[in-house]
Amino acid sequence: MRLTFLQKILWGLVGVAALAFVWLLLWADYRADQAGEGEPAFRADFELTDHTGMVRTQEDYAGRWMLVFFGFANCPDVCPTTLAEVAAVMDGLDEDAAQVQPLFITIDPERDTPSVLADFVPRFEAGIVGLTGTPDQIDRTADSFHIFYEKVEEAAAPGGYTMGHSSQLFLFDPEGGYVKAWSYGTPAEEILADLRGRVAG
Amino acid sequence: MTKLTIPLLATLTALALAGGPTLAGSEDVVVEDAWARASIGVNRPGAAYMTIRNTGDEAVTLTGISTPLAMMPEIHESKTNAEGVSSMAPAGEITIAPGEAAELAPGGLHAMLMQLQQPMTEGDSFPLTLSFSDGGDVTVDVPILGIAARGPEG
Repeated sequence: MRLTFLQKILWGLVGVAALAFVWLLLWADYRADQAGEGEPAFRADFELTDHTGMVRTQEDYAGRWMLVFFGFANCPDVCPTTLAEVAAVMDGLDEDAAQVQPLFITIDPERDTPSVLADFVPRFEAGIVGLTGTPDQIDRTADSFHIFYEKVEEAAAPGGYTMGHSSQLFLFDPEGGYVKAWSYGTPAEEILADLRGRVAG
Repeated sequence: MTKLTIPLLATLTALALAGGPTLAGSEDVVVEDAWARASIGVNRPGAAYMTIRNTGDEAVTLTGISTPLAMMPEIHESKTNAEGVSSMAPAGEITIAPGEAAELAPGGLHAMLMQLQQPMTEGDSFPLTLSFSDGGDVTVDVPILGIAARGPEG
């Protein structure tokens, strides 16, 4: 069979279209990769004192995933619940737990001295590090993590106040880049399933 | 007080303590799955959780709580707003419709136990009395679980 001139042109166009289609697919894939490897929204950045009295920055936890959450020791409901959930996550990670560092940062530096935290976070037996600092250091930490906290007057509470604060659980990658935040009340099982995929990968 | 009122008050008190049948509402209250987390010392408030079920056909209103464990027990509510900011405030009176239940659970309503008289020790329990607007009381024994407990099962 001999192709007419028109048929040759048409087949040529089909070929060009096919090449263009493949190129588009590859390009989209390349773009997706670029986006995945893009800069995180922000990086963990702090200089605080841990519950043993050591000065700590994000550099101390480089190479490990960081689970960061904010609270205060006088908090009877939301904070111990979050600590208990984090403890369940850490327990569920088994041998992968060594790759994850949970950090509890107080937003109540007046009451939560290192020794107060030393009597609080280790009781959850999950390797959680408690971090505190001067009110100024806590302010700067809150800014860098884009979290909110405020003092709420409450006559009956110890010291006459309680705290309102952002209650998400933040995940940072081993380079300190922000990955995601789980809202308060996310079941430990859900967090664990997500984390397992990342830590093992 | 007259000679009559003292025995009358005594009778009413006895009825209230026994959750007597003359009281409307609170005798139909059933408390389930009560639990609390252990505390560290007595300087910081504790919290207790439970399900308060109204099995009757009239609404009941929880007006207050008391316990020898804490000088200032009060129902509080934690709330988390759309921005993920959690805060806590007294919940006031809680009305439970017939057939409904009030859930006191982490992150929501809870019995906040301020000014603890003794540390809350894992394995112990304490009595907590719920007072209702009809004058009735319901006392429940609250088991104290570990500090990292996540629910009534531990």
